[in-house]
Amino acid sequence: MMRARCLLAGLLLWVVAAAAVADDMLMVRSSEAFAETMLLLQEAISAQGYTLSRVQRVDIGLTEFGYETDKYRVVFFGKPEEIRSLSARYPELIPHLPLQIAIFAEAEETLLATANPTYLSEAYGDPELTALFLRWEQDLRAILERVRRKK
Amino acid sequence: MKHVMRRLLLIALCLLAGTAGAAPAEPNGALLYARNCAACHGESGHGGVGIPLALPAFLASVDDAYLEHTIRLGRPGRVMPAFNRLSDTEIAAIVRHVRGWQHGATPARFSTAPVAGDPTHGAALFAQHCAVCHGDHGQGGHGTGVTFSRPRDLPIIAPALNNTGFLQAATDAMIKATLMHGRAGTPMVSFIEQGLSEQDIDDLVSYVRSLEATATPAPAEPEPAMLMMESPYGLEETVEAVKRAAVGKNFRLIRDQYLEDGLFPEDEVNTRQVMVYFCNFQFLYDALALDPRIGLFLPCRVTVVEQDGKVLVMSVNPKRLGHLFNNAELDRACDEMSRLYTDILEEATL
Repeated sequence: MMRARCLLAGLLLWVVAAAAVADDMLMVRSSEAFAETMLLLQEAISAQGYTLSRVQRVDIGLTEFGYETDKYRVVFFGKPEEIRSLSARYPELIPHLPLQIAIFAEAEETLLATANPTYLSEAYGDPELTALFLRWEQDLRAILERVRRKK
Repeated sequence: MKHVMRRLLLIALCLLAGTAGAAPAEPNGALLYARNCAACHGESGHGGVGIPLALPAFLASVDDAYLEHTIRLGRPGRVMPAFNRLSDTEIAAIVRHVRGWQHGATPARFSTAPVAGDPTHGAALFAQHCAVCHGDHGQGGHGTGVTFSRPRDLPIIAPALNNTGFLQAATDAMIKATLMHGRAGTPMVSFIEQGLSEQDIDDLVSYVRSLEATATPAPAEPEPAMLMMESPYGLEETVEAVKRAAVGKNFRLIRDQYLEDGLFPEDEVNTRQVMVYFCNFQFLYDALALDPRIGLFLPCRVTVVEQDGKVLVMSVNPKRLGHLFNNAELDRACDEMSRLYTDILEEATL
């Protein structure tokens, strides 16, 4: 049993390593303006089964340095029980919790960006966490794609 | 355990299936472009973070092989990632989609034969004519093209000619043609019209090609994904110590909150997981100017956790995060931020 688990974990890590050489950042462009895209993002997060925990302004104080936009936010979200369980079992994961997506205006369009959580796999090397990071990646891709397609 | 095993097996099989040729016979170039390229280059190739691919003079001066190699190899350290996940047929489909913006014009084709020239003379010409835009060593224009809704001085940031991705993608003939004809709509002018001879241009091409010898970037050292220290103090004391340390490093405190805030009702939140947010606006501005995506990890945050009788102080490791952005200029800011985080963690746990 232990041997099978090790083999499977090795296979998974190999697959992840092969897949994770690209796409460290997941990004999409929305043709919608910032406010509409923010709404789409919040709907997509909810549709994917996550709870939005906070919307953080990043641009407070920046206008005095010459920025011409005040449209920059980071949206935090997670699955409450999952966050609680993970933080209890893997406290060293807490700095990376909850999930987050940056959303900022670029002229009349809006960009969304997030880090691909699979980059954490090599740091933790835990098969359960590796599977979790892969699921998060799929969920983040689904959320971003939903925003891009405006659905 | 069985449940985890089943899930791991399922994910591994799905991934293997996804990498084992499950793609459709005729990939949809428009969709692939929208998913992989449009965020930076714009839906219709008008540019943004990345260069305006739809610019007629650009499309007329590059061949398909250049585009394919660029997608495959990216530009190490210059934001453009290497799309290793895409298959050859998917990359070809993206290139066909991009070629559609040429409205039927025949794509350029370039010889792969090397151009013979004098790189020493080319270096002198480069310093005189090219370095002002492309940098003393061909390292490219300052910045990465990211805009963050600010006006940009130039429609295109001068590319890094000493970049391994560029040098592997561009043939000598393509570089020569660009030097001969320039690119209308960009600051790149025709150097024939500027008075250089064809031999001068061959010498310049030889010099640019010689940059390959110095273009290999040092491989990134593996970095831990997080920074963590154990505090000898209680949770509340440690939180206050983190705040003092951050203020001592010229950060302004933004707020502190619990990890579970917003996820559970107020009276059910775990109060032994405290996140302290702080910011140095000048540093924030500088970092965002280098790459607006870094806002994803801002403002700065240190988390203090009490668990199993221990108090842990931890943060993300900006030096590791910096690798995600493929932006060499940002790497330096992330190194500095890692040092500051480490100082704060050390001071708070002394």
